[in-house]
Amino acid sequence: MIRSITCAVAVLALAACGRSDPGLDQTGPEPDLPGVRQTLLPPMKIAKPIGWGDALPTVPTGYTVTAMATDLQIPRQMLVLPNGDILVAEGRGGGAPALRPKDVIAGVIKKQGNTKVASGNRITLLRDADNDGRPEVRSVFIDNLNAPYGLAFVEGYLYVAEQDALVRFPYQPGQTRITAAAEEVTKLPSQINHHWTKSLAASADGQTLYVGIGSNSNIGERGLALEEERAVVWAIDRTTGARRTVARGIRNPTALAIEPTTSALWAVVNERDEIGPQLVPDYLTSVREGGFYGWPYSYWGQNIDPRVRPQKPELVAAAIRPDYALGSHVAALGLSFARDGGFGGAFSEGAFVGQHGSWNRQDISGYRVVWVPFANGRPSGKPVDFVTGFLTDQGQARGRPVGVVFDPARRILLVADDLSNTVWRIAPRAAAAPRPAP
Amino acid sequence: MQSLRAGASAAEGAVHGILLAFPIALFTTALITDIAYLRTAQVQWTNFSSWLIAGALVGGGAVLAWSLIRLLFAWRTPARRVRMVYAAVVAVMWVLGLINAFKHSQDAWTSVGAFGVTLSLICTLLALAAGVIAFSGRLDREVIR
Repeated sequence: MIRSITCAVAVLALAACGRSDPGLDQTGPEPDLPGVRQTLLPPMKIAKPIGWGDALPTVPTGYTVTAMATDLQIPRQMLVLPNGDILVAEGRGGGAPALRPKDVIAGVIKKQGNTKVASGNRITLLRDADNDGRPEVRSVFIDNLNAPYGLAFVEGYLYVAEQDALVRFPYQPGQTRITAAAEEVTKLPSQINHHWTKSLAASADGQTLYVGIGSNSNIGERGLALEEERAVVWAIDRTTGARRTVARGIRNPTALAIEPTTSALWAVVNERDEIGPQLVPDYLTSVREGGFYGWPYSYWGQNIDPRVRPQKPELVAAAIRPDYALGSHVAALGLSFARDGGFGGAFSEGAFVGQHGSWNRQDISGYRVVWVPFANGRPSGKPVDFVTGFLTDQGQARGRPVGVVFDPARRILLVADDLSNTVWRIAPRAAAAPRPAP
Repeated sequence: MQSLRAGASAAEGAVHGILLAFPIALFTTALITDIAYLRTAQVQWTNFSSWLIAGALVGGGAVLAWSLIRLLFAWRTPARRVRMVYAAVVAVMWVLGLINAFKHSQDAWTSVGAFGVTLSLICTLLALAAGVIAFSGRLDREVIR
């Protein structure tokens, strides 16, 4: 319905509907980039949510998938604690005010594709000590948070990136509930908070906490003054709270992770909208110290975005091309590297990437978890579908994947689904049998 | 204004005049805020333009409906010609204004650009032309004559 209305109005407004060219290859290190195509109305297609019913996500042959937890309150990112307990951050932040008639209308349309559940603003703990996929314990681990998203555990402290601050909680092994007050490590940029999610990863030595901070707009349309210390990755000293900016122009780094063989910081990044169904590819990249990734002035290196004035040619000249394209508008929100041999075989070394799914193209993209194979700490091949079935054949949405986490101790992959409010557990069939807790 | 429906016409004319004031004032102001945006790149100005154009379309839409109804009522009278011109001016103004609203929904610089400010200029001129036709009394004079 929305699609037909959009198309009807688009035709009325002499705008092309946002069909993409299937001949373009938009994954890997050298994606095909079409020319900028701006239309009077952005193509919008929201998959209608219908829930899973009796259906399950599709996983590769030899794997099983089960719902490990349901009825969550918007699960986003997850963390496995040293004792195997699984934490799930739940909530929704943001709330940037509508500034134009467009913001009002687009907000109503995008809301059609999301859950109607209210933001949990909490972290839930799941304990599945016998690894049978059915948690023996489920508890509200920490309550009354402010849109928690990124999670990390270092030396007795759980670090939580809320939408306005990085906080920490002391943790004793085995705890199922923390009531201690949060200790603030540092405040995070939160004015307006258009892209509110604050991703988090600890460095391999645990001394540095990396926080990904998204831009405050699509392309600076709220004014570039609001973009100070946005579209950046911060490195925060864990003991002092001192921070420095390690990367800029990195539009919306929605998940950060450490690549296990090189200990390098990697990110998945959501790129800009409304310059065509196949611009700009979201990407997976190593985060280079001092790097500028182009936003808002340019994309994928030196490709100028015509919507930004005044231009900054000197910045554009220095813009880095990201390492690996994931496809346009896929909305990559989850990143987790396989460790300790992963699932073995083709899934030994590489990264799982959760793709929440598109709104800004007529042929929907994303809505899946892909595997990006790595060799020697770098991507080494095309992405492979790992978890699919989030869309029906009719293009309706059963779920939308967000955070992913690979647990090497149990050899399972967890996928948070913020449409059906489920955590999915994917395991090799052989590993599905109960075994003692690690 | 000696017709039997003079009283009704006076009220109707007042309402029409008020509605027509919206596109005249708001399209004109949007032209000014568009120019301000292109000169300063301060997004506040293009945000103003977006709302001004939206408001002009609401008032202009009512005027368009009114002009079409009045055209139908005058179909077999000498007033048909002037009312046809009036409806055409308002209709073109409104359609171009709608396209301009979509144009202004694009992000940052592209929300105005050369195309947007041109549309704002044309809409302003058409709104002023509609004002000249309506407020000069031509729409009714030919009925009475």
